[in-house]
Amino acid sequence: MNILSVKDLSKTYKSGSRSLTVLDQVNFDIQAGETISIVGPSGSGKTTLLGLCAGLDSASTGSVQLNGQALEKLSEDQRAAVRNQDVGFIFQNFQLLPTLTALENVMVPLELKKRKDARTKALELLEKVGLGDRATHYPTQLSGGEQQRVSIARAFANEPKILFADEPTGNLDTETGEMIEKLIFDLNKEKGTTLVLVTHDTELAGKTQRIIHIKGGKIQEDAHA
Amino acid sequence: MPMPDFAWILRMAFRDFRKNISRLLLFVSSIVVGIAALVAISSFGENLTSDIDNQAKELLGADLVLENNKPIGDQPIDSMALNTASEVNFASMVAFPASGASRLTQVRALEGDFPFYGYLETIPASGDADFRAGGKKALVEKILMAQFDAQVGDIIKVGEVEFEIAGELQSVPGQTGITATVAPAVYIPMAYLEETGLVQYGSRVEYNRYFVFAENTDIDLLIEPFEDEWEIERIDADTVEDRKRSTGRSFENLSNFLSLVAFIALLLGCVGVASAVNVFVKEKLASVAVLRCLGVSSRDVLLIYLFEILVMGLFGAILGSVLGTLLQFILPVVFADFLPVEVTVGISWLSVGFGVITGLFVSVLFALLPLLKVRNVSPMATLRPETADSRLMKDPSRWAVIAGILIFIWGFSYYLLGSAQLAFGFTGFVVFAFGILWGVGQLIMWAVRKFLPISLRYTVRQALANLYRPNNQTISLIATIGLGTAMISTLFFLQNQLLEEAKFADKEDQPNLLMFDIQTPQLEAVKEKVTGRDLRILQEVPIVTMQLNEINGVDKRENEELPDDENYSRWMYNREYRVTYRDTLIDTETLAEGELIPLGARGDSIFVSLSTSFAEGNNLKIGDEIEFNVQGRPIKTYIGSFRNVKFNQVSTNFIVLFPNGVLEQAPKFHVIITRTKNDRESAAIQSEVVREFPNISVVNLGVIVETLEDILNKISFVIQFMAFFSIATGILVLISSLIISKYQRMRESILLRTLGAGSGTVSKINTLEYFFLGSLASLSGIILSFAATWLLSAFVFDMNFRPAWGAGLVLYLAITGLTIVLGWLNGRKIINQPPMEILRGNG
Ligand SMILES: Nc1ncnc2c1ncn2[C@@H]1O[C@H](COP(=O)(O)OP(=O)(O)O)[C@@H](O)[C@H]1O
Ligand SMILES: [Mg+2]
Repeated sequence: MNILSVKDLSKTYKSGSRSLTVLDQVNFDIQAGETISIVGPSGSGKTTLLGLCAGLDSASTGSVQLNGQALEKLSEDQRAAVRNQDVGFIFQNFQLLPTLTALENVMVPLELKKRKDARTKALELLEKVGLGDRATHYPTQLSGGEQQRVSIARAFANEPKILFADEPTGNLDTETGEMIEKLIFDLNKEKGTTLVLVTHDTELAGKTQRIIHIKGGKIQEDAHA
Repeated sequence: MPMPDFAWILRMAFRDFRKNISRLLLFVSSIVVGIAALVAISSFGENLTSDIDNQAKELLGADLVLENNKPIGDQPIDSMALNTASEVNFASMVAFPASGASRLTQVRALEGDFPFYGYLETIPASGDADFRAGGKKALVEKILMAQFDAQVGDIIKVGEVEFEIAGELQSVPGQTGITATVAPAVYIPMAYLEETGLVQYGSRVEYNRYFVFAENTDIDLLIEPFEDEWEIERIDADTVEDRKRSTGRSFENLSNFLSLVAFIALLLGCVGVASAVNVFVKEKLASVAVLRCLGVSSRDVLLIYLFEILVMGLFGAILGSVLGTLLQFILPVVFADFLPVEVTVGISWLSVGFGVITGLFVSVLFALLPLLKVRNVSPMATLRPETADSRLMKDPSRWAVIAGILIFIWGFSYYLLGSAQLAFGFTGFVVFAFGILWGVGQLIMWAVRKFLPISLRYTVRQALANLYRPNNQTISLIATIGLGTAMISTLFFLQNQLLEEAKFADKEDQPNLLMFDIQTPQLEAVKEKVTGRDLRILQEVPIVTMQLNEINGVDKRENEELPDDENYSRWMYNREYRVTYRDTLIDTETLAEGELIPLGARGDSIFVSLSTSFAEGNNLKIGDEIEFNVQGRPIKTYIGSFRNVKFNQVSTNFIVLFPNGVLEQAPKFHVIITRTKNDRESAAIQSEVVREFPNISVVNLGVIVETLEDILNKISFVIQFMAFFSIATGILVLISSLIISKYQRMRESILLRTLGAGSGTVSKINTLEYFFLGSLASLSGIILSFAATWLLSAFVFDMNFRPAWGAGLVLYLAITGLTIVLGWLNGRKIINQPPMEILRGNG
């Protein structure tokens, strides 16, 4: 079954009279449980593609079906509901809410789902990423690697069907980066989540089942490992 | 969309709030002063109203007063009263023989135990009793005593009679400090009035009779049967209820006006709130994008931050109300000269509630303006943080908020002014003033950027560039500080202008001494005294007093029967007209409509000329027929022209002007206007004339200027007190914006220092930035106030505009200096921070 299905997807930015086509007729399908990486040079349109797949942005033409729903037919607030139900995010720059503690950051997706056990569930996840003792710390009190671990805990909190990660190790040193990678893959295996990983690190990409190469907004190669 | 999950939204709001509390407090601090001012004024008004109610009898001093400009004979109600008293009062010169000085005062000849409620407060306390014990004793208002350095026991001369001062008058029921300044009173016993020789033809005398009745008497019911008779006699009856109503009304007007001033301070604070929340929102955009990413709807995100603002608004409003309630305690001191009653102070819950609701409402309304942006943050900003700001779309609901703000301003001013039209005017004025300031701010910033040479020193360029940094609230600071400055300086300039104008009148050839109430037999002797000193008689004006019988055939009684929209003002029939005659206009007059028609030019009809303001105020037209009553003789006239009369010179101004040839034989008195070389000569001629002819009153320009200065000082003290709120708000907005931008400033300073700038250079740049900011704001305000003063001078006061450069400069230096000091106080910490602190910290 396809969890994500991208058809003839294009994105064009207009600035004044000039227009810039960042994505050009992109097509691919991703099956549930698959792990896939999108690689390509900087500026090739990876982030744009990820944003469209996750329903953060709307396409110029083409369609994206996420878990059976055509995103382009939904309003921004309806897409927000889809994101809360089915999608998890890990960002290059962590994107924790600075005024919330580590625990509260993890609780947010659970609370949005109106889970009564939000706190215990969030604490459990924090333990899992090895930060059970830092629950009451604010993001500024955590190192980059720790912040990213909180962010991973948050991403898995709502038990998403699909997880998007945009250069999750891009802001971290190699050692920490490797630990984060391991954490993501471990949790992913445990939960059986679909994983879409954007990276320019071919070594990291090699750990996924499938690699899509993108360049100049077009898919160059779509290869299974 | 499902119902918002309020419990969760509140929880999120609280979580965010924890970390932001001190900054949010800063945001709302701007409204605190405005709310405090509103609550203080409103509580004061409430308390004053109830004090006027409670002390209404003391306001009048009796249960009933009858007033007329001729003696009031025995009345049928005399026998119903428990007690009665009489007073005759008129303006006359009072001389202090010891010093030879004299001054125009309000002489009150008293008979009986007035006031029946309250008392004449004197020093020594026994003065009042002493005065009433009999003999030639007088009570003299304290400002007269001070002016002439007189002591109790000294002699004063009123007309032909010398009185011993029995006491210094401290206060009189129902009279304010302003009354005492304009017309200081001297009380003498009625028994000696005749002997003074002051009550003769032409004297403008008011006769009062005071009545006190048994407790619980229904005065209105009691006087009802007599009112028609009094009407005919032109007797005016004033009861406690009447006085309560008129005093209450004038203070309601005053307190509403002051509330409007306070409201402007509040609006300034609101601009501060909006601009601070704008910065707050910009900092929250990243968090908003994350929340959107995690699936929070745009409405719920808005609600989270709105709740925070709501709580803070409530806090600010409560704080403001508490401060306002405290502030109220000093208001009676500020307004001391205007209050006819003792004012009690106390918490007025109505005003507090009013303040809290208003504060809450405005903070939310104005915060919404920038806050609405959070609805349009794209979740895509999480992946591309640098685009967070540029991805905001124009939101149509902003217009709804703007409309809400305008409606609020209109509604608030309508509540205070009680007229939809005035409320529109006020709203328009507010929009206009903010628009102008915003425009001036923009213009100056544009000009600075455009015309300042690149070749400027680095520090100057850097400081200027800082003004344009994104989160700098430069424009809103210019608007708030500028408007505060504009308010204060307009008042200041205007006051200056009025005084200058009065002093300016004292130049070559302009009259500066005016003698009036000269009887015909005295005329030649007085003229000789003037010409004997080699002075020119600039004007010699005969005056005839008359009353009005009919307008277009409608007499007083018929006028009473006419419906309200057709009748003439009752006052026109009741007042006394002082009329002169000539066939030419004088310097201070210009013809507005019609022409001056000499007698005989159109048959034997008599054409009079009216002052335009009188004619317009009373709906009179050219050609209307007016019958006057001159000492019992009816004279039928027609309105031939309207004259504009300029009232800002020492001159005699007349509502009604007759042509030559009609009034020459009527009983009359005279005014002589001359110019003396200096104050000493004025004083000499004044004391000479008054000694010989005590009935003649002399006014010299010096005294007028002095009195004007006195009154203006009293008024401006109050107004400046009110304007202070606006400046205080401007300063609060300034402080809050400095603190908000502190972090950014710190980063910049560190960066500069890392790049090798010495801390001296850094602080120079900062100081220069504050200097520019203060200059821009105060200059905008001062420019605006020059414009306002010019407009007011030209169109309201009819004066030449004389820019107060000196005062402007002082204000400019003061406000700019204050900005630099505040900036410096805030910046000191920045410079002393170790660089690592800042590089690590992340807000
Ligand atoms: N809002 C935008 N307006 C115009 N161009 C944009 C916008 N966002 C991204 N781009 C351009 O789209 C291209 C692809 O960007 P991106 O998807 O971020 O690439 P990648 O993530 O592969 O580095 C870049 O050239 C970028 O400059
Ligand atoms: Mg990218």
